[in-house]
Amino acid sequence: MMASSYNAKDEDGHHPGSVGSGGPGAVKSKKPDNTAFKQQRLPAWQPILTAGTVLPAFFMIGLIFIPIGIGLLVTSNNIKEFEVRAVAIATSYCVIRALCSYTAPRTKDFSNVFMYYGLSNFYQNHRRYVKSRDDSQLNGDKSSLLNPSKECEPYRTSDKKSIAPCGAIANSLFNDTLELFYIHPNGSRIAIHLVKTGIAWWTDKHVKFRNPGENNNNLSIVFQDTSKPVNWRKPVYELDPSDPDNNGFINEDFIVWMRTAALPTFRKLYRIIQKKKDNMTPTLPPGNYSLEVIYNYPVRSFDGRKRMILSTISWMGGKNPFLGIAYITVGSVCFFLGVVLLIIHHKYGNRNNNADIPN
Amino acid sequence: MLGIENLPKLAGPFLKTERKGPAAMIQQFEQDHGGGMAKDLAKNRRVVMPSWTEHEEIKELQKSYSRNKVRTTKYTFLSFIPKNLFEQLHRFANLYFIFLAALNFVPIVNAFQPEISIIPIVFVMSITAVKDLWEDQRRRKSDQKVNNRLCDVYDRKQKRYVERRWAEVCVGDLVRLCCNEIIPADMVLLHSSDPNGVCHIETANLDGETNLKQRQVVRDLPQGSEFVPENYSSHIECENPNNDLRRFRGFMEHPGKVRVGLHSENLLLRSCTVRNTETVIGIVVYAGHETKAMQNNSGPRYKRSKLERRLNMDVLWCVILLLLMCLIAAVGHGFWLSGLQNPIYMIPDDTHPALAAFYMFWTMIIVLQVLIPISLYVSIEIVKLGQIYFIQNDLDLYNPVLDTGVQCRALNITEDLGQIQFLFSDKTGTLTENRMLFRRCTVAGTEYPHHENGPFTSKHTPLILWECAVVPDPQLQAKLNTLSSAMRSPPRQQAAEISHILDFFLALTVCNTVVVSSPTQPRHVSPTTPSGTPSYTPSTPVTPALSSGAWSEDVDDIQKAKVNSADESESDDEDEAEELLYEAESPDEAALVQAAKAYGCTLLGRSPEQVLVVVPGTGPLSIPLLHVLPFHSARKRMSVVVRHPLTGEVVVYTKGADNVIMELAEADGNLGRRIVMERTQRNLDQYAREGLRTLCVAKKVLEEQEYEAWLKRHEYAETSIENREELLLESAERLETNLTLLGATGIVDRLQEEVPETIEALQEAGIKVWVLTGDKQETAINIAFACKLLRPTDHILMANCDSKETCEARLHELQHEIRQVTKEGVSEDDSSDCVLVIDGRTLDYTLQKELQGSFLELTCCCRSVICCRSTPLQKSQVVRLVRDKLKVMTLAIGDGANDVSMIQMADVGIGISGQEGMQAVMSSDFAISRFKFLRKLILVHGHWCYTRLANMILYFFYKNVMYVNLLFWYQFFCGFSGSTMTNSWVLIFFNLLFTSVPPIIYGVLDKDVSGETLLDLPDLYKSGQNSQAYLPSTFWMNILDAFYQSLVCFFIPYFAYTGSDIGVFSFGSPINGSALLIILLHQLIESRTVTWIHTAILLFSALFYYAFVLLFSLTCVTCNSPTNPLGIETKMMSDPLYYLVCGLTTVLALLPRYYTLEQSQKMERLSAQDYSMSLRQWKENKAAQRLSSRHVPQNLSVNADMPHLTDCIAEAGAVLS
Repeated sequence: MMASSYNAKDEDGHHPGSVGSGGPGAVKSKKPDNTAFKQQRLPAWQPILTAGTVLPAFFMIGLIFIPIGIGLLVTSNNIKEFEVRAVAIATSYCVIRALCSYTAPRTKDFSNVFMYYGLSNFYQNHRRYVKSRDDSQLNGDKSSLLNPSKECEPYRTSDKKSIAPCGAIANSLFNDTLELFYIHPNGSRIAIHLVKTGIAWWTDKHVKFRNPGENNNNLSIVFQDTSKPVNWRKPVYELDPSDPDNNGFINEDFIVWMRTAALPTFRKLYRIIQKKKDNMTPTLPPGNYSLEVIYNYPVRSFDGRKRMILSTISWMGGKNPFLGIAYITVGSVCFFLGVVLLIIHHKYGNRNNNADIPN
Repeated sequence: MLGIENLPKLAGPFLKTERKGPAAMIQQFEQDHGGGMAKDLAKNRRVVMPSWTEHEEIKELQKSYSRNKVRTTKYTFLSFIPKNLFEQLHRFANLYFIFLAALNFVPIVNAFQPEISIIPIVFVMSITAVKDLWEDQRRRKSDQKVNNRLCDVYDRKQKRYVERRWAEVCVGDLVRLCCNEIIPADMVLLHSSDPNGVCHIETANLDGETNLKQRQVVRDLPQGSEFVPENYSSHIECENPNNDLRRFRGFMEHPGKVRVGLHSENLLLRSCTVRNTETVIGIVVYAGHETKAMQNNSGPRYKRSKLERRLNMDVLWCVILLLLMCLIAAVGHGFWLSGLQNPIYMIPDDTHPALAAFYMFWTMIIVLQVLIPISLYVSIEIVKLGQIYFIQNDLDLYNPVLDTGVQCRALNITEDLGQIQFLFSDKTGTLTENRMLFRRCTVAGTEYPHHENGPFTSKHTPLILWECAVVPDPQLQAKLNTLSSAMRSPPRQQAAEISHILDFFLALTVCNTVVVSSPTQPRHVSPTTPSGTPSYTPSTPVTPALSSGAWSEDVDDIQKAKVNSADESESDDEDEAEELLYEAESPDEAALVQAAKAYGCTLLGRSPEQVLVVVPGTGPLSIPLLHVLPFHSARKRMSVVVRHPLTGEVVVYTKGADNVIMELAEADGNLGRRIVMERTQRNLDQYAREGLRTLCVAKKVLEEQEYEAWLKRHEYAETSIENREELLLESAERLETNLTLLGATGIVDRLQEEVPETIEALQEAGIKVWVLTGDKQETAINIAFACKLLRPTDHILMANCDSKETCEARLHELQHEIRQVTKEGVSEDDSSDCVLVIDGRTLDYTLQKELQGSFLELTCCCRSVICCRSTPLQKSQVVRLVRDKLKVMTLAIGDGANDVSMIQMADVGIGISGQEGMQAVMSSDFAISRFKFLRKLILVHGHWCYTRLANMILYFFYKNVMYVNLLFWYQFFCGFSGSTMTNSWVLIFFNLLFTSVPPIIYGVLDKDVSGETLLDLPDLYKSGQNSQAYLPSTFWMNILDAFYQSLVCFFIPYFAYTGSDIGVFSFGSPINGSALLIILLHQLIESRTVTWIHTAILLFSALFYYAFVLLFSLTCVTCNSPTNPLGIETKMMSDPLYYLVCGLTTVLALLPRYYTLEQSQKMERLSAQDYSMSLRQWKENKAAQRLSSRHVPQNLSVNADMPHLTDCIAEAGAVLS
């Protein structure tokens, strides 16, 4: 393509010797090839939008979108979600009476219930906050452990020791503890078993986050030359002393926190309440529950709010009626436009057809 | 000769003196020669001696001259990187990029990792660099080829000629060349194997002219059979290298201090070919880059198209938009910060909110940088290359006769072809064939109509040798035959007439620059001296009829005695003459020589000293040629001074434009002569009305003393170095006085095929066609009629004025006239039926500042304007006036050197590669071989190129704004912190790689209307003239659409994921995915043709994106710290919500455009159909109208009584059918 366009350039006399060689006596004819491509005669589809193609398209969109929307809406409505807004007082107890309204068990209630904590007005997506981490360190790289990336400043070193894990994200780790109790009608509080593993992405847990020191199980030795993040109360190797597979950098609470949220109001998966094995009793039977919060995390400085959310999930994720409504709306609009077009064409189309015939 | 050898000696040193008296010159000469020679002279001229010279000073000097090695490459191996970088940094867009990249290295404002931010600039610049390198490589290769050619250079040590590479030749070398060899450097011709000391060269490589040009050995050099380099010891002084191909001034000083003037006839130019001469020897005076050929090399032309100017405007708008968005973000960030008190997610920082806002401004500029479409410039270049590729490959624009298609010489103004509003055309060679046919002549006041000649003979065989078509007029032939016949004593009156006729034909034969060559002879054999040529015998007058005009009985016997032998030789010549090939610089000359040949006056050969002719009644005669005063556009005539072979008198034959010759011809009170002049004038007027090109022929007999007096001053003029042109002009003018009019000729120049249709189509397309010609008014009007520029019903407005005042008055008068005409003709048609015809002198007045306004006002009311008798300068002035004052797009088309200035002045210059050399083509932007190709070039390719490029640019803007806004909306949710929800690699590549190829394909291949429709309905072209594809409103509509789409594309995912546990980069995934879909589908909706190439590229883009992100998210664990995409895309894409979001977003985003486009296309379609129908009807009506009016040519205002006009139209009609 370019070659021939530069032929012209040559002919303005760059090379006197080569110019003019293509005269009538030249062996090679300059006649362009008569190919469909060169003569711009390639068979082409002309996407001219006519009533015949557009109307069906509109109706099709309407017909597809509205059922999808309805499906989405129904799915979303089936998801049970429960939210507790923590009042910003330094209390460690709150009894959730609302769960009492938990009514007739349905199939969904027999599935896992996910427990989230929510924060609002927390800008985890701030540019400098997002960058303030060292992935190599978190991936178990020894040199990064002792010499973290500059991105972590000013949470890179403390007391002349490198911080592990470094950076602002790790430093601001959510450290409230939430516990849920079922209040038995007889007044006793039964702790509900909260599973704390399986809440992080598989890739994060197994590939992206790794403890340094290969198979050295004694994390305190591995992390001995590092210092804990300033805001933390305990070093990273004591995040979950009970479970070596959930300790250090591969602590799932930590991993979940490290995946920064997209929007300033977000929730993060905290625990999973697993369904009962017998499949007979609902995961969370109706009744009174009590949420016990060990309140550590300050949110007042940024005017934030904490929440605890209990939710089941479906194939489309958590509860969100928006998508269903949007689908129904767009589908209806398309349908409506289709009808309008149909009317227009019905009214004026005939005249067009008449105009076509003489041609 | 008469002691004038000294004159050149005097003239040499006066480089700066102008018109000084000889006394003053001598004085100065003596002063000058006091000082050291070589050094003083070296400043403004060069001295050349053979390279073995012992003169040390000159030897040093000579070494300082450029060597013959040429290097047209821009870069060397080492300099490529710095030089190319430097050149690229001159572009504004690149500077912007660099600035952004540098900004990213400032830690406080950086948005991405620094190494990512330099990707775009590196990408764009490396593409450009590769392109430059590739171009340069081609040049390097051909340089090597040229430099490694071999030639024979005299080596003094070995005392023989040795082969050397061209690159090793240097100034002062003696070079020997054989026939058909290419000249390696500019050389002064020292020796030629030709006994006459001439050699022929072909300058096709230089200017495309294939006719042979004669070069002459420096006078006074020994012309033996052998040239001994050792004996040559003269030195040459000549001017410093310049680019004027037709000028060379200097002198050669022989050891005996004798100086001989040198002119361009002595110079062999580099890259020309030696023809017809066995060997030549020359001394190199300019080598390498100092040769005239190389000095004439200018790179490709760079013009900026109208669309590009508009585009730059909108880029500025984008900058404003960018600044505005950054400002909003900065202010927002400031406010957001001031409301916070060190929250936990903030990195502790003492920066004041205002200062932070200031930093944020710069960060945002980096984040939103894509808003300025940098890759657009590279894309436009690529698209234009593609468009040019298709233009050049169009079979419809290919001329099988010349084996040429279109040459696109300017690479960046293809789209301007689609916006032309004014077309300025030359007449001769552009509208017409520029193949001259001798049609009629008038000799001594008698008209010979040559009825059997004319267009009829050649109408059906247009490509067969035209020149042979001259059928002698029986009457004239009869008169000539009396000369050779044995008729004894014709009446005295008739004898005078016959001698007149003979003189007329002799003038036609001699007074020209035609070179004779014979196709049967090998080219290198000089055809000028066939064996058996009678030598020059001035003392024995043979044919008294040629002598002075009186037929005397005394010599009649001799005449009679000669007849027999003459007859014999003539019959011999007949055979030979058939094979003669005349190569002339202008086709008129060849036509005249052919005509003379038809009457028995055959030009057999030409050398600088003599012309060999056959005259009826004699054998081959050798006529000594004393001087040739070549054609000059100021004099408008050429003359030769010959010694009459029979009488020995010095005779001047002059041939030139009729008005000039008529002025110079003198009646001298002689009644007969006056009658002849009057009659001739009448005939001339008639010829002009018929559309013939007229030339007058005159002669003058010089007294011997008169001649010598003139000669003295002429030789001085010839040898002067500085203002030789003026002196020669003056000298010629001194000679060409008191001429005796012999007669006049009328030459017809046929219209090219399909010219009327083309002009009609162009006019229908709303292009105003102006004809600018140097021809006479009547000729021009006639041609205009023939090519349908003028219609019989048109109202012709004449403007011929002698003074500015009358001109002003006339313009007002004409305006008034127009108003009246338009008042009457309102009902007919909206296009005006007025055509302005203006002559050169009046044009001069109107081009003055005071009258420009009213002139333009007048022309705006006219459908067309015809400027006759216009000079090249006027042509370009007119173009400039229209272009600058009316602010319109202009196109100039021409074929000759006189059109060059006009072609260069216009926005688009088109050269026709025709009969008159290549100057027009060399200076043009596009070169075509026929005028008719203009139709498709402009109406189809122009339209396509324009709409394609306009749409592509708009799409580019849309694409960038749409994508960048996604990032902008996100700022409202991240505290205006300049955060992005997209991995920076994807962010950078999105515009650079994933979505950049489809628009290029779109810009090269899209066809909004098929070519046939465009040709059928020239009115469609008007959309380009009004820039309808790219109006400011369309630009803003696109921006608005982009805003809408980005809003949809951002907020649907936003609402779908709000409140959930989605991460930053997971959030970006569906947004990117749907943005890609929207952008690609938008392209699909916008394009009017979709071929498999489009489909493939669209699919490829989509797949490329997905392949890239998936691969990236699978493999990148810590590669892109701290925003590793590991697992993000795979996780998102395994979630059905992703597809639901993408589907909804895409549909909703494209819905408005789809809907409005459907609506508008329906309208367009509807109107197009109605349009075409009504247009066809209108066309039919129009044709019927014209047909009816053609049958009544009596309506014609100019030449209602001319029967030949109908011929003309009939001819045009025949071509049409």
